[in-house]
Amino acid sequence: MNLVLDIALTHILGRLRQTLVSVVGVALGVGFTVAMSALMVGSQNDFVTQLIDAIPHVNLTDEQRDAKPQPAAAAFAAVEIHGLRPSEDRRGLRNPAEVIAIVRGIVPGGRVAASLIGQGVARYGGTDIAMSLTGIDPRAELQVTKIGEDIREGSLEALAGAQDAIVIGDAAARKLGARLGDTISVSTSKGLLKRFKIVGLFHSGVTASDEGAAFVLLKSAQILFDRANAVNQVKIKVPDIDQARAVATRIEREIGTKATSWEEAHESLLSSFQIRNVIMYTVVGAILLVAGFGIYNIVSTIVHEKARDIAILKSLGFAEGDMRAIFVIEGVIIGVLGALAGSALGFALTELLGLVKFEIKGGAVEITRLPLYRSWVHYAIAGGFAIVSAAVAGYLPARKAAKVKPVDIIRGAT
Amino acid sequence: MTSAAPTEALSPDAAPPPSTRPLIELRDVTRILSGVVDTTLVRDIDLCIDRGEFVAVTGPSGSGKSSLLYLLGLLDLPTSGDVLIDGRSTTDMDEAERARTRLAMLGFVFQFHFLLPEFTALGNVMIPMRKLGRLPERQMRQRATEILLSLGLDGQVDKRPEQLSGGQRQRVAIARALANDPPVILADEPTGSLDSKSSTQVFDILQSLVDTQGRTVITVTHDPVAAARCRRRIHLVDGRMVSDEKV
Ligand SMILES: Nc1ncnc2c1ncn2[C@@H]1O[C@H](COP(=O)(O)OP(=O)(O)OP(=O)(O)O)[C@@H](O)[C@H]1O
Ligand SMILES: [Mg+2]
Repeated sequence: MNLVLDIALTHILGRLRQTLVSVVGVALGVGFTVAMSALMVGSQNDFVTQLIDAIPHVNLTDEQRDAKPQPAAAAFAAVEIHGLRPSEDRRGLRNPAEVIAIVRGIVPGGRVAASLIGQGVARYGGTDIAMSLTGIDPRAELQVTKIGEDIREGSLEALAGAQDAIVIGDAAARKLGARLGDTISVSTSKGLLKRFKIVGLFHSGVTASDEGAAFVLLKSAQILFDRANAVNQVKIKVPDIDQARAVATRIEREIGTKATSWEEAHESLLSSFQIRNVIMYTVVGAILLVAGFGIYNIVSTIVHEKARDIAILKSLGFAEGDMRAIFVIEGVIIGVLGALAGSALGFALTELLGLVKFEIKGGAVEITRLPLYRSWVHYAIAGGFAIVSAAVAGYLPARKAAKVKPVDIIRGAT
Repeated sequence: MTSAAPTEALSPDAAPPPSTRPLIELRDVTRILSGVVDTTLVRDIDLCIDRGEFVAVTGPSGSGKSSLLYLLGLLDLPTSGDVLIDGRSTTDMDEAERARTRLAMLGFVFQFHFLLPEFTALGNVMIPMRKLGRLPERQMRQRATEILLSLGLDGQVDKRPEQLSGGQRQRVAIARALANDPPVILADEPTGSLDSKSSTQVFDILQSLVDTQGRTVITVTHDPVAAARCRRRIHLVDGRMVSDEKV
């Protein structure tokens, strides 16, 4: 065996109990890192998956990112124009059929649903409430959102072909005092009024929409908003979720209005995950730091205790570098043992977490397990960090060992 | 630096290189420990020691004998002056190079054995060999065993230091000093902690290293009988060399 390693081993084997304590310290740090990473990444992925499932991946609207330049500004190459009455554009995505064709061309295999959203007032009995009214194609809509799963009474499909049918949020219905089968009237700012029969109630859990959203057929919405053949939103599900951002950019470039990917729409949520990760790694870093102090402590003790041996080895012809190597290796051995034990601990903890069952009481009692994401990368990061910090923890006392003057010790002994 | 690299002196069978250079040379060496009050350990020492010399360093306690030996053995650096080994100045060497010179050219024996407690007698003797790494493992083991046997340590080879007597430990320490076949052995009161029988035995060994193996042995001793056996006697008083007799 390598001599330096051999000597390092005799030192740490001579302090078996303290070595074990240090190894356990490192192992706890590594083990918790591995298990926590599995849980954090697992829950994050789970959340994102559920989110991605529930929402369209790309949302094309009729809005512009920046206000359109006024024709006058372009005509006169002006820097700034004041007192101009802006030319009024008819809003909405003109020619929906063409827009959808373009989108389908960009995302082959994607699912696409066009809709028209506007504001209206629902009235039943003496009660009025403001509503966000969405005109949809029920079949297409079901493919891009989870609204189908949120229906509590009736169904979304009942809208199909029924121009006088409406699906509203359950809280909105309660506010109005209306029930499934009742007929409510909806009016818009265009002064148009239409009567609808409630064919479905949904509960999404999002209060704003449960209290104030309603779905009707696209055709009915176009009539109510007086915008024949117009849509102002196209929801798209892409087959490959990682392509969402690229697809959004392309659609926006080709169609000219704003297209938002789910990542852009939920940027603040995704960045909150990052903050969560930073917090976790800080905690784990603190655990490993404490473990590092343990290693520093044991190696320092050995350097102190073995001062005589260090002097002997130097008098025999060991250089300062050899002495440093011996003590750094001692730290690294503890780090490696700790990383190995910690990996085993992390694996066991992860599997233990995997056994935990939850009962979630929603409509029906669901049994779920903790979402866990197992990856060798977590082991590599935790283990690598532990070994590197062990080497640093060994290096500090090792420098002191290298500087030991054999003469001082030999003289002291005689 | 000229032809003779330190390693040449090592090969056991080669005749001593035809060199007129002394093996060890001290040129006006002074070592002062600076502190609240500066302590002079040795002062103005000029000394040449050739191959095959058997040198006793004597003097009253505190006269600088050990200090001189540490300077000769490159364990300490002079405050001024130079120590040359085989014609090479060692004050210009870097720390690693001095360590290498110690490993290959110098063997130390101290008053206390200074063996590593976790290693057996054989293991201790093999440490300098393994550090030097010049022989394959099997030959190291064989050579270490031979040296131990030649010092009368049959049956003690696999014992740890704490299982050995004082005299046996000191002989293991000598065996370790001989491990890399160095031309120079430096001993600081090697018999200081031994009874008279063991002392005689250890001193006999040192003498045979000079007489039969042609090594240079420099030993600090308080014992006038032992000093009388050496062919050269250097006497120190207060860090100065006051006499240097050759017999
Ligand atoms: N670290 C130190 N600080 C101060 N003085 C020291 C130190 N080391 C040695 N000395 C002094 O240096 C002088 C020489 O010491 P050295 O050990 O070389 O003497 P010595 O001849 O070997 O003595 P002994 O026969 O007792 O071993 C002594 O006077 C000693 O007190
Ligand atoms: Mg002394």
